[in-house]
Amino acid sequence: MSGVFPSPFDIPTPQGADGWEELYPYSLVFSVDRREHEQAAFWFQDGVHWPHVLTPWEASFVEFSMVSLSQYNSRHYLVPPTLGIDHRILHGYAYLSPVPVGDPVEIQQRVQGFRERAGYYYDNWTELYEKWLVKVTDLVTEANALRFDPLPASEPIADVLGGGGIGSIHRLVQSYDRLVELALRLWNYHFEFLNLGYAAYLDFFGFCKEVFPSMPELAVASMVAGVETDLFRPDLELRRLARLAVATGLANIFVANTTDVTETIERLRGTDAGRSWLAEFEISADPWFNFSAGNGFYHSDRVWIDHLDIPFGFIRDYVLRLSSGQVLGRSPEHIAAERLRVEKEYTALLPDEEHRESFARRLALARRCFGFVENHNFYVEHWSHAVLWRQLRSLGAVLVEAGFLAEPNDIFYLRRDEVPTALWDYCSSWAVGRPARGPTYWPPRVAARRRIVTALGRRRPPPALGPAPTQVTEPFTIMLWGVTDESVSAWLGGAGDDPGLVRGFAASPGVVEGPARVIERLDQVDEVCDGDVLVSPLTAPSWAPMFARIAAVVTDTGGIMSHAAVVCREYGLPAVTGTAHATSRLVTGQWLRVDGGTGEVTVLNDPREVAPDAVTVNRTE
Amino acid sequence: MHPIAWLDGSQDVPSIAVVGGKGAGLAVFAAAGLPVPRGFAVTTDAFRAAMQGAAATASDDMCHDAPGPTVLERAAAHVAGLDARHHRDLAQRAARARALLAQAPVPSVLESAVRCAYAELGPQVPVAVRSSTVAEDGTEVSFAGAHDTYLWVRGAADVMAHVRRCWASLFTDRAVAYRAEQGLAHTTSDMAVVVQRMVQPRAAGVACTLNPENGDRSAVAVESSWGFGEAVAEGVVTPDSYLVDKVIGQITRRSVADKAVEYRLCGDAVALVDVAEIRRAQPSLSDQEIAEVVRLAMACEAHDGSPQDVEWALEETAGPGATRVVLLQSRPETFWSRRPRHGYTGAGGSDYLSGIVHTLLQPLHAATRPAGAG
Repeated sequence: MSGVFPSPFDIPTPQGADGWEELYPYSLVFSVDRREHEQAAFWFQDGVHWPHVLTPWEASFVEFSMVSLSQYNSRHYLVPPTLGIDHRILHGYAYLSPVPVGDPVEIQQRVQGFRERAGYYYDNWTELYEKWLVKVTDLVTEANALRFDPLPASEPIADVLGGGGIGSIHRLVQSYDRLVELALRLWNYHFEFLNLGYAAYLDFFGFCKEVFPSMPELAVASMVAGVETDLFRPDLELRRLARLAVATGLANIFVANTTDVTETIERLRGTDAGRSWLAEFEISADPWFNFSAGNGFYHSDRVWIDHLDIPFGFIRDYVLRLSSGQVLGRSPEHIAAERLRVEKEYTALLPDEEHRESFARRLALARRCFGFVENHNFYVEHWSHAVLWRQLRSLGAVLVEAGFLAEPNDIFYLRRDEVPTALWDYCSSWAVGRPARGPTYWPPRVAARRRIVTALGRRRPPPALGPAPTQVTEPFTIMLWGVTDESVSAWLGGAGDDPGLVRGFAASPGVVEGPARVIERLDQVDEVCDGDVLVSPLTAPSWAPMFARIAAVVTDTGGIMSHAAVVCREYGLPAVTGTAHATSRLVTGQWLRVDGGTGEVTVLNDPREVAPDAVTVNRTE
Repeated sequence: MHPIAWLDGSQDVPSIAVVGGKGAGLAVFAAAGLPVPRGFAVTTDAFRAAMQGAAATASDDMCHDAPGPTVLERAAAHVAGLDARHHRDLAQRAARARALLAQAPVPSVLESAVRCAYAELGPQVPVAVRSSTVAEDGTEVSFAGAHDTYLWVRGAADVMAHVRRCWASLFTDRAVAYRAEQGLAHTTSDMAVVVQRMVQPRAAGVACTLNPENGDRSAVAVESSWGFGEAVAEGVVTPDSYLVDKVIGQITRRSVADKAVEYRLCGDAVALVDVAEIRRAQPSLSDQEIAEVVRLAMACEAHDGSPQDVEWALEETAGPGATRVVLLQSRPETFWSRRPRHGYTGAGGSDYLSGIVHTLLQPLHAATRPAGAG
């Protein structure tokens, strides 16, 4: 393929967003001083993780995650063909650029180091993963224990007499520094295993696709996918609680009450069965309801445990379905049996014993490694991020009390490096006993930044920048982002010829029809109705409980192993992922046919072209 | 002599020598419990008896004392030594040979056996009458379609007439030309005729238990069109085409074609007619029906132990919208099955790390393309 995407230097700033560069670190924005290599490189927008505009503090996770990913490839494991992933922010959106090792001699030189380093991880995967779980739960515990309290009028007497010799300023400054350090550490942990896990998966995948060229990606995925993964655990806990509610005669309390969680909880407290149910809820909630309604990368993502209306709403749905005699999902035994059947039948199709041995060995490695790939998402993006956002919000509350901010969430409109400066201003004035500059300095700046972020959010940026690669060969770009020659061609081709057809990955099989529900932001997911075809930039695993009610999922980003794909397969919901253009080309109300087996989404009927009552008729079919 | 052999699994499976390749195949799959429309074969014994009996009544100038040549030998004499490149000569001489075979009188015991067997299928039941040749040394494949098949034949007299036409089809132009080119004798073939209850399909087609494009045995390719399957076999329509994974059943490729014509029953004959405008671009099979075709094809493959080319038909049954898929024929796939299987060419025989390094260096090797894109 050949072609050129717009240069990052040629995209005009959206109206009302002048000065947006100041919201992000100087090294994250495209700059004229590096113009030559920045415009010579290919950049793609990472809608898998950051489909929306980033606030200043949120951009920290672009840095932490991309640096961690990069350092594991380039410096830890010496992944032979690849260095890091360069990253920038343009008009609030994250762009990535994979950096290959250009010199073939150097690639070969890295092989020995990779064998030694990565080999150790593959050989000791299970024990190292056990250690990982301990490390990450310790990290959560420590982050949870950090305190962000307003500075006291005077230091507590015990502290003074204890002879420690330091005071509250130290604790506050240290807590923020530690929080940032834990966030970076978290992302180091995230990539300790991830790329190795994907490489093992890709190895098995490559073997299957060569021996069985027609084999659907889905078949590979279904053999590798875990039977009981932590990513599905929150939903399993919801079902457990729904079953318990029905079994202990509490169904009415849930059914009668549609919106008010407080009232539901009050009524539950009124009975013995209700009180034991609430106790069980507490057990499930920690840690499993530290689950984000978004993808965890935005401070505004609502976390179940902080927004009980979300888990209670899902539980109510499940109670209703149980009451009408439905079965909630497949049992782990069923999934395990099916996985074994699929494995056995492909094994039987292999040409000889040598292939059967190779298949079994590769599958075993892929499965062992893929457990991490599936589970890490809960621990990192959901649980840990929820704690980090919550703690930053409590620091925000301190700054609200000090008059620096209007509301706790304003803290996310400060860059990571600006927070210590603001804290210092606050601490300094506390120590000195004169007013800080913060109350006059920050509120107008935060207000201006909020306006800029809103302005940036009004325009979706181009999917890619710079010269298109002749071939996408960087393994992790393909695996993690689903960026392939085909997707680059699709971006180059823009919307494509046929406005009634959208193509993507055949991520979860099945053919269904239904009305499109296009959502731009992940928090609009509440608008989705029963029977809708959900069309969204991406999906969050925490939407799973809703998946029983909708017809299909179509996403802009993600590949065959993206969370949307994994979850949809688990719930038997047809899905087409990585379409690039679905949310911009499809419109709410269009009648769609989604074929999750071939990756095609067809517009059958456009409400803009027919009488409104015709649409209504279709919707009730 | 057994002039009739049942192919419905009620008897021991008859040999190819007795009922021909097609007949034996149907009997094998019927005996395995697969849904084969009920039928019988007019055996090769019957064929030989007819051919020999005929010699005595031949009214030409041959000597009556010596055992005369059989009808088959005389038919062969008509086409002996011809040059298949001379089409007019071939056509004239082959037609004379066919006429001889079609007019040969049939021993009455044989004719009544055919009438009896036909009656057992049901009163005036429509049947397909198909030739089923014996030369099974590999030439069967080349002969596929070289002999005649008659659809929607009704009544004992008509059945008998078509049995004889099948016999005569040993001398179709194509069959004669083929034997002449290959230097094969015209007298060595034996022929049985299959008489089988006729299915009136809503849709029909073929299935292959591997991907015909690359020999991949994890897939079943299905082609389907409206009406009788001959439309697909003869290529008069571009059929709907599907590729289905054998293990998880996913339809990985789906192409619904504009199907302009179909073979349909018009009055009491099968005719090629235009498909109604609204049906042309509609899929000829539902996903459930595709799955049923795939199951049937895989059952044939499992039973035979090798990849199969299957002809099937979708029959409407009692009950609103109820259908079932029946097996019309299944035989071993011969192109890919005779070639070495494609294996993994990447690294990592015994050492998994070599495999991973290979994968990282050549991720394109893994062909991570979206199935539906591009």
